[in-house]
Amino acid sequence: MQNTIVPSFFPSRDGNGQLEPVTMKMRIKDLAFYYGGQRALGDVNLDIAEHRVTAFIGPSGCGKSTLLRVLNRIYELYPGHRAEGEVLLDHTDILSPAINVDQLRRRIGMVFQKPTPFPMSIEDNVAFGIRLNESIAKSELEDRVKWALEKAALWDEVKKKRKQAGTSLSGGQQQRLCIARTIAVRPEVILLDEPTSALDPKSTAKIEELITELKKDYTIIIVTHNMQQAARISDFTAFMYLGAMVEFGETERMFTKPSKLETENYITGRFG
Amino acid sequence: MAADVLQAAWGALPYVLHGLPYTLGISMAGLGGGFLLGVLLGLAGLGTWLWRAPALLYVEFFRGTPLLVQALFLFYGLPQFIGRPIGPLTASVLVIAMNAAAYIAEIVRGAMISISPGQREAGLALGLSLVQVYLWVIWPQAFRRMIPGLGNQAITSIKDTSILSVIGVGELVRQGQVYIATTFQAFEVYALIALLYLAITLGFSALLRHTELRLQRRGGL
Repeated sequence: MQNTIVPSFFPSRDGNGQLEPVTMKMRIKDLAFYYGGQRALGDVNLDIAEHRVTAFIGPSGCGKSTLLRVLNRIYELYPGHRAEGEVLLDHTDILSPAINVDQLRRRIGMVFQKPTPFPMSIEDNVAFGIRLNESIAKSELEDRVKWALEKAALWDEVKKKRKQAGTSLSGGQQQRLCIARTIAVRPEVILLDEPTSALDPKSTAKIEELITELKKDYTIIIVTHNMQQAARISDFTAFMYLGAMVEFGETERMFTKPSKLETENYITGRFG
Repeated sequence: MAADVLQAAWGALPYVLHGLPYTLGISMAGLGGGFLLGVLLGLAGLGTWLWRAPALLYVEFFRGTPLLVQALFLFYGLPQFIGRPIGPLTASVLVIAMNAAAYIAEIVRGAMISISPGQREAGLALGLSLVQVYLWVIWPQAFRRMIPGLGNQAITSIKDTSILSVIGVGELVRQGQVYIATTFQAFEVYALIALLYLAITLGFSALLRHTELRLQRRGGL
């Protein structure tokens, strides 16, 4: 396969600790990002492995969320925000002006820091994106809603109250509802922007379990300021500092044998 | 004495009530037009400067000049300039609509910007177009927040129609004035008119509260 690569710094272990080849789903090349005249990211180069969890970590303001927001071009909402460089999804440059961003965002879903359920029923929240984008039969729609809620590990908790407002759920449930809503439109990549930072430890554990489960079917990129979280759930970690990619590699190695002093200082809690 | 007052007011009622369809009709048509124009202006106020500037000018002009002057200008002033008369009913509906639109534009704009930007981002992140997001995600939420403000404006506009008596529209106040001119029962007739306005606005308030409750129950907000 053309984009199946095993670079020396980029091994991935299967369940038995054996090295296995990974396929690249996304490739970020010489990316720079500007808020008006101010450069927020520069020279970012990074590969995102398919069916793996890649975590972006770093202190506040290092550009990790900015980088995530480039990947589905959500930054374009705001005037003056501009990205330069190349971001390949499979082999297509998603930063190209020819790309249909609505279609792109169906392929690359996003879940935000604060749960953002729409003020409608639980069921409608999940069906919403499907209804507006696809014309499918009612029974098929119901099946898809159930499937997405099951995938998001929420079905058992809400199956008897699907008509209730999505906003009536707890914070952790709302976040899983948002994940279900994202999955429902069948994306290939899921971007998670600090998805558990507003949640209690129990809900956080549930979401982390879910992420590990979801990587079988999706490529996942998560921004987190919780280093333990990155260590627990990610396969690859990118450490960012002051708008630059300092170090990137297999999570286990990054947390045990970081090659850069800044990375070591950050993960040992000396700054950040 | 009290019986005399009641009797006089009762006697004036049929005559004054001839004005009711005008008061209600002008209010409703004016508010309908004002709502449409107000929504457009409110949305323009959310856009780039090119959209925002004319909307802002409009709002400032109509909010900053008295309704009485606007009515007189439209009915007496403008026909001189355009060379043909504007009917009192047309002028009335126009002036209520244009005036209400200025206030409604701000109600709409305020409600739209009060919806968390996260909702817009969440809609877009789902692959919806900006129009779909505004139509199906932002607008329904914003509309609920507009209701109290729109209710205020509706009540203000209903009462504002009384000013249109100056351009000869036979609404409640005008009918009352004509009746008083022959009977001199100013106390009874103006009291009656005040009560009629109160009945209309109280009825309207009740309707609004009902609508708001229904939307709240349905929306879970």
